[in-house]
This record gives sequence, structure tokens and C-alpha cells, in this order.
Amino acid sequence: MSLLRVENLSRSFGGVKAVADVSFAVEAGTVHSLIGPNGAGKTTLFNLVTGVYAPSSGRIFLGDTDVTGLPTAARAALGVQRTFQNLQIFFNMSAVENVMAGRHLHVSTGLVASLLGLPGIGRETAAARRRAEELLDHVGLAEWRKADADAMPYGALKRLEIARALAAEPKLLLLDEPAAGLNPAETHEIDRLIRRIAASGITVVLVEHDMKLVMNVSDHILVLDYGRKLAEGTAAEVRANPDVIKAYLGEAAATGGRGV
Amino acid sequence: MDEFLQFLFSGLTRGSIYAIVGIGFAIVYNASHVINFAQGEFVMIGGMAAVAITTKLGLPLAAAIPLSVALAALVGVALEKFAIEPARGASVVAIIIITIGASIFIRGGVEVLVGKRDHSLPAFSGDEPIRIAGATLQPQSLWVVGALVVIVLGLRWFFGATRTGKAMLATSHNRLAAQLVGIEVRHVLLASFALAAALGALAGILTAPITLTRYDIGIMLGLKGFCAAILGGLGSPYGAVAGGLALGMAEAMTGGYVSSGYQDAVAFAIILCVLFVRPQGLFGRAGTERV
Amino acid sequence: MADFAKRHSGVLLLALFVALLPLALPNRFYFDVATKVWLNAIVCVGLNLLVGYAGQISLGHAGFFALGAYASAILTRRFELNAFVAMGLGAAGTGLLAFAVARPILRLKGHYLAMATLGLGIIIFIVINREIWLTGGPDGTRVPALALGEWRLTRIEDWYWAAGAILVAAVALAQNLIGSGVGRALRALNGSEVAASTLGIDTARYKAMAFVVSAVFASLAGSLFAHVERFVTPAEAGFLRSIEFVTMVVLGGMASNFGAVVGAALLTMLPQLVADFQDYKHLVFGAVLMATMIFLPKGLVPSLTDLVRRRLGR
Repeated sequence: MSLLRVENLSRSFGGVKAVADVSFAVEAGTVHSLIGPNGAGKTTLFNLVTGVYAPSSGRIFLGDTDVTGLPTAARAALGVQRTFQNLQIFFNMSAVENVMAGRHLHVSTGLVASLLGLPGIGRETAAARRRAEELLDHVGLAEWRKADADAMPYGALKRLEIARALAAEPKLLLLDEPAAGLNPAETHEIDRLIRRIAASGITVVLVEHDMKLVMNVSDHILVLDYGRKLAEGTAAEVRANPDVIKAYLGEAAATGGRGV
Repeated sequence: MDEFLQFLFSGLTRGSIYAIVGIGFAIVYNASHVINFAQGEFVMIGGMAAVAITTKLGLPLAAAIPLSVALAALVGVALEKFAIEPARGASVVAIIIITIGASIFIRGGVEVLVGKRDHSLPAFSGDEPIRIAGATLQPQSLWVVGALVVIVLGLRWFFGATRTGKAMLATSHNRLAAQLVGIEVRHVLLASFALAAALGALAGILTAPITLTRYDIGIMLGLKGFCAAILGGLGSPYGAVAGGLALGMAEAMTGGYVSSGYQDAVAFAIILCVLFVRPQGLFGRAGTERV
Repeated sequence: MADFAKRHSGVLLLALFVALLPLALPNRFYFDVATKVWLNAIVCVGLNLLVGYAGQISLGHAGFFALGAYASAILTRRFELNAFVAMGLGAAGTGLLAFAVARPILRLKGHYLAMATLGLGIIIFIVINREIWLTGGPDGTRVPALALGEWRLTRIEDWYWAAGAILVAAVALAQNLIGSGVGRALRALNGSEVAASTLGIDTARYKAMAFVVSAVFASLAGSLFAHVERFVTPAEAGFLRSIEFVTMVVLGGMASNFGAVVGAALLTMLPQLVADFQDYKHLVFGAVLMATMIFLPKGLVPSLTDLVRRRLGR
């Protein structure tokens, strides 16, 4: 069974259809990319899947659970995590605390026990901190462990969001332009990181403009254009699809392209 | 029936005052997305200044009115310049706290300068009540309602026909775009604070003969004006007029038919109910946060 | 472990300060001032959870303070309940009220939230003013001494210790909370509500939690205040009182439990220690609010600790 299934999903904003009748399924254990020009509806799709927006119509399933009406936090509890195109870092916290906040679903949150600071809470916090530090190392942020988030550079914050999402131990991880604004060396790091995440058994859905990255890591690619599904398939299939070449890659190829 | 008419008059008068104060909130909010919690203090400054100018300086009311309004506008400009502008980019909570600080500061200043006594202005055209169908109407109420009408018409003209007005309107719709077409946004902000302060002061002068004035009347009037602005959908001056009048009516009717003691609570009870049902205000549109 | 030690060293330091301060207090007047500092600080520590950590504003917490004060006054005087029972009932009632309104109120943001909390506070103020048969109205009401059987707490020196101990406990509770997953959830939703909810944080629940805890802290402090003063007036519920509490939190430093204590201390002492201050109270409070937000938006304690950290190069 697919891990994520989207059926006839639509969402309009003031008459403009940002996502129009899109259906697809993401198989567990794969890297699934969403590509398309700016404004194609990729981020909106992420917002719909995570429950940040409610759809105008259509349904969303995680496994066989219909999550269409569930609030964002409840979907997180079912194993959905994401990063943001426009960073949503907790700038009022340190790097390690950001990642510790990602452990939320795995620590106890009883009010009385927390107020009293019962020993169990202290142990959990210590464990959460250790795990967060491991994750910072894992995404290559070891040197930033003690830093305040507002003192970190952009590229590091991108990876901090990934570490924070991983801390929640997701089944499904949605990455929204993880390589945007990064230099080639940093992009290469992200490439390797995505492969490591996928290898650890987490299903990845990737929105990304860097075609080299997309073609490298994706098992399956879905092309969106003006909110509609244009094509889908493997990297090779998508690359050969005449519609895609015309609507998307055509202009890129014509202008010297991004090496597709 | 005459009883009802009496309450109606009272509601109309109160409502007009709330409307004028509410318009000030809307104008400042439009230009800067700041809710100026010191708006009520301009009402107080207007009344107090008019009292001081007529009694201490012995000037006639006709001279005291423009002087008081100008003084309030000056305070409004100073507020924008020295408290709001330095905090550009601060969070909404921070700005709220700053304007509350300004409001207490202004109140405290007047308290020190003038003291805590009640003051009053003579009514503009005498105290002889007008009798209409068994109810009485103070001539001053007509001044208040008339002023609201004049202000609304004046604003229509101001936003529709003057450069400054159009610049303000443009800035409220899209600050960046306004900047790009050469509108000096900083001046628009100053102008909006000045205008809001002037309107508030006018309201203060108009009501001083009816309700007396003292250093601390600004809190309640300001908060009710804010209620009016929220009821009308933040950022719409005409909405604030509707909100203010509705609020005034609700208060007068509650005071008349239910309990005079709880008259002051009506505005807040209404606003709580409205916000519970519609968190974005009565006429505000539900926004979708962009992430 | 370092985190644990750090958290508790602050509380120990505060306890030590409370324990040693009487050596420097010359007479009963100063004990009275210090006691009021502790009581205001209890409110501010609670309010800081909501305002400083969770990033929500409340302009109505004096209402909760007054509910505690009047619950103690009315239940002990008219219904002759034990003072501790009255205090508990007051706190429970205030907590319940806060819980009931928390979700709809905290759904609001920014200006709307400010307006709603302010409205709630003012309604409480008006009710206390008007229900004269119960509250004594604008004249206020007398409050019996805090008593348990034969034992009565009346000397201000004793109150100093009682209030000081409760403040230390309140700070310890707040520090515990902030160090826990609940605290991280509160700070996270302050940082980014969307990101917090995608991490599985039910933001409405945690905002409500902070609101209720802060209301209960305020109510308890109000009850104690009523027994110390032996008299309460509706002014305790007033809008200006709410602003005072917010000013204390802002001045001392948002998102710092010790900042809340420092802010409460400074602004409580000022009116008591400066002669004729009463006349200039509003002027000074207003100026402090504006100046802090403009020049020192993080507040005193966080700004100072930042400075020290930078000097020491961490």
C-alpha cells in the first residue's frame, strides 16, 4: 500500500486554482520529487498534505487513514514531517533546542509532572538533548551545537530544519527546496543527506528546482504546471516526456538550461 | 416610546464619539498596521487643551478648538516620530506595548501638569434642551452628530481628491508599491498619526461639555473606539463609523432597559462575543497564512 | 545534567537572596515593600510564561489577581471558610474561568488578542465594582487575617518569609516547566506557530496551558495580597494594574523567569521608595514601557546575561 495517497486534490485562493484536481501516490521507502515552474502549486501541495491549508476538495490518505480533516499536529503524530521553503526556524531558541523541540511527540508533556520537574522529565530532556546533538552531527551541524539559531547562516538553518524534522522520527518527510540558495558544495551535502535519510527507511517527498539534485536522488518524479499534474514517472520517463519538455524543460533548454 | 427615543438620542451621541475615535484607529492602522492604544489620549488632550486655552488664556472657544486640535496633532506626530518609528520592524506585541506606554505617559504628563480634577467646557450653543416627541436632546449632541457627518464627508473628499489622501490610501493597500511610485511613506505615516490625533481631539472637545473631561478619560474612550474599529473590520474608517454607532446604541439601550451599572461592560462583552465567533473581526476576511 | 544544575542554581541563588535580604532591611516598612515585591513577582513569573515564553499578550491579568483577592476576602469573611480553603477555591475558580475562555481567546492573534484579554479584565473590574452586595463595590472590602485554627499570620516580617518562600517555589516550578517538553513547546509556538504544529505540537493546548497556569499564579498572589493588606479594592482588577504587570515582565526581560522577578522588584520598589512618586507614577511607567521596548527589547536580565556571555566569550 502507498504511504501517502492524494485523490483529486484542489485548492483555490480567491478564484485562482493553486492546486487543481491532483492525484498521486507515494510508495513507502522511495524518494518522490515534485517539480514544476514557480507557482505550479508545489508548496501549496505540501501545505495541504501537512494540514496547514484545508483543501477546497479532494482527499488525503496516510496509509489507509483518511487525514483530510485532521489538524496539522495530528498528522505529525501519524508520521508526517516537513521543512519550509521560507525558513520557519525557532529563532528564539538555540540550535540544539530547535531540534529538541522536534522530539515533542516522543517526550511526556503532562503539566503537573513538568511543573514539579519529576526525575523522569529530567531524564527525558537529557535524552532528547543527546539525540538532538546526534542529529546535528548527522546533518553536518556539529560545530553549531551551542549556537543560537539567530546567529547561524542560511545554509546551516536549512539543515537545522531537516534535523528538527528528523527528530520527530517521521515516516514521511516533505522537503521544500532544501537546496535553494545553497552553493554547489552545500547542495552536494544535501544530496548525500537525502540519500542517507532515504536509506534509513524514511520516505521522502522533495520539492526542488535544482534539476541535477532531483534527477540524482529521485525514484519517481511528478511534474506540476499551473496546479495540474502534467506528467509523472522515473527521471528518464519525465525527461523524455514531450509535454514536460514543452511546458517546463523546453524553455530551460532553450536558454541554456540547468543541465537536464 | 418617548423613553426609547431618549435612549436613541443618547446612543446616537455616544456612538458618534466612538465612531470618531474609531476612525482614528482605522486611519493609523491602515497606514502603519499599528493599533495605537494612545488614540484615546488624544480625546483627552483635545478636551483638556480646550479647557486650558479658554480658561487660562482667556481665548474664545472658536480659537481654542483649532489650537487644541493642532496641539493634539503635534503630539500625534511626536508619538510616531519618537516612539513608533524607532521600533520599526518590532513584533506586534512590542508595538502594542509601546503605544500603551505612550498612552500612560501622556496621561501621566497631563496628570502632573493639570492635576486630577474634572474640567468642563460650556456647551457650544447653550444648554436649552430641544424637545422632540416627549424626549429631550441636548444641543451639544447635535454638534457631536453633525461633526461626525462633516468628518465622514471630509474624509471622502480627502481620500478621493487630495494628493495626501490618495497617498495614504495607496500606502494602506500596498506599502512597497506606494514607495515604488514615489510616495514618501514616512510622511504618510506622520500624516496619518496627525490626522487621527486631530480627529480624536475634536471628539474630546465636542464631548467635554456633555461628559466633563479629566486626565484619565482617555482609557475608556480609546478602548471603546478600538471596539468600534474592530466591529467595523479593522482598517475601514466607514466600518468604524458603523461599529461606533452600533456600540453607542447597544450601550444606551443596555443602560436604559437592562442595567445602568453594566453599560460600560457592553462594549467589551460584544467584542468578546464577536471575536469568539469571528477571530478576524466582524468584516475582516479570514486570512491564510503564507508559509 | 549541566542544564539541570544551571536551572537549579538560579533558584538556589534566589532563595539565598530572600534568606539574607532581611539583614539589610532596617524596619517594617521595608519588609512590607519586599513582601509586595515577592507577591508581584509571583504574578510576573506566571505572566512571563504566557507573554515571554509563549509570546502571547495579556492585558487582563489584574482581573485574575483580583479574582483571587476577592475570593479570599469574600469566602473567609462572609462564608467563614478557612483561609487556605478559600485560597484554593479562588485559584481553582480562576483557573477554571481561564480554561473556559483560553481556547477562544488564544485563537486570536496580535491586536485581537490584546483587545480580548483587555476586555475580559475590564469586565471582571466592572463586575467587582457593581456587585456591591458581594464585593463592597468601589469602597473595597476588609479581609480577615490568614489563619489556621489558633495560628494567625499577621506580622509583616512573617509575611516576608511566607511570600518569599512561595515566590521561590513559583520560580522553581516555572524553571521546571521551561526546562521540560512543555516549555520547549511554548517557546516553539512563539518562534513559529506553523512549524510548531508540524512538529506535532497542539498549539492551542499549550497556549491554554500557559494561560491557565499564569491565571492561577495571579490568583494565588492576589489571595496572599488580600491577606497581607487586609483590604482589597476594585483597583486591583483595573486596566492599569494589568499594564503594571506587563511592564514588569517587559522591563525585567521576556522569556526570563529571573527577569520577571527583577522587573517586579524594580517597579514595585520605585513607587514605595521615591517620595512623591505617586504623582509621577504614570509618567514614569509609561516612559519605562516605551524606552524598554525601543532600546532594550529583550529586557534587563536577558540583555545583561547576553553582555556577560559575550564578555566572557562564552
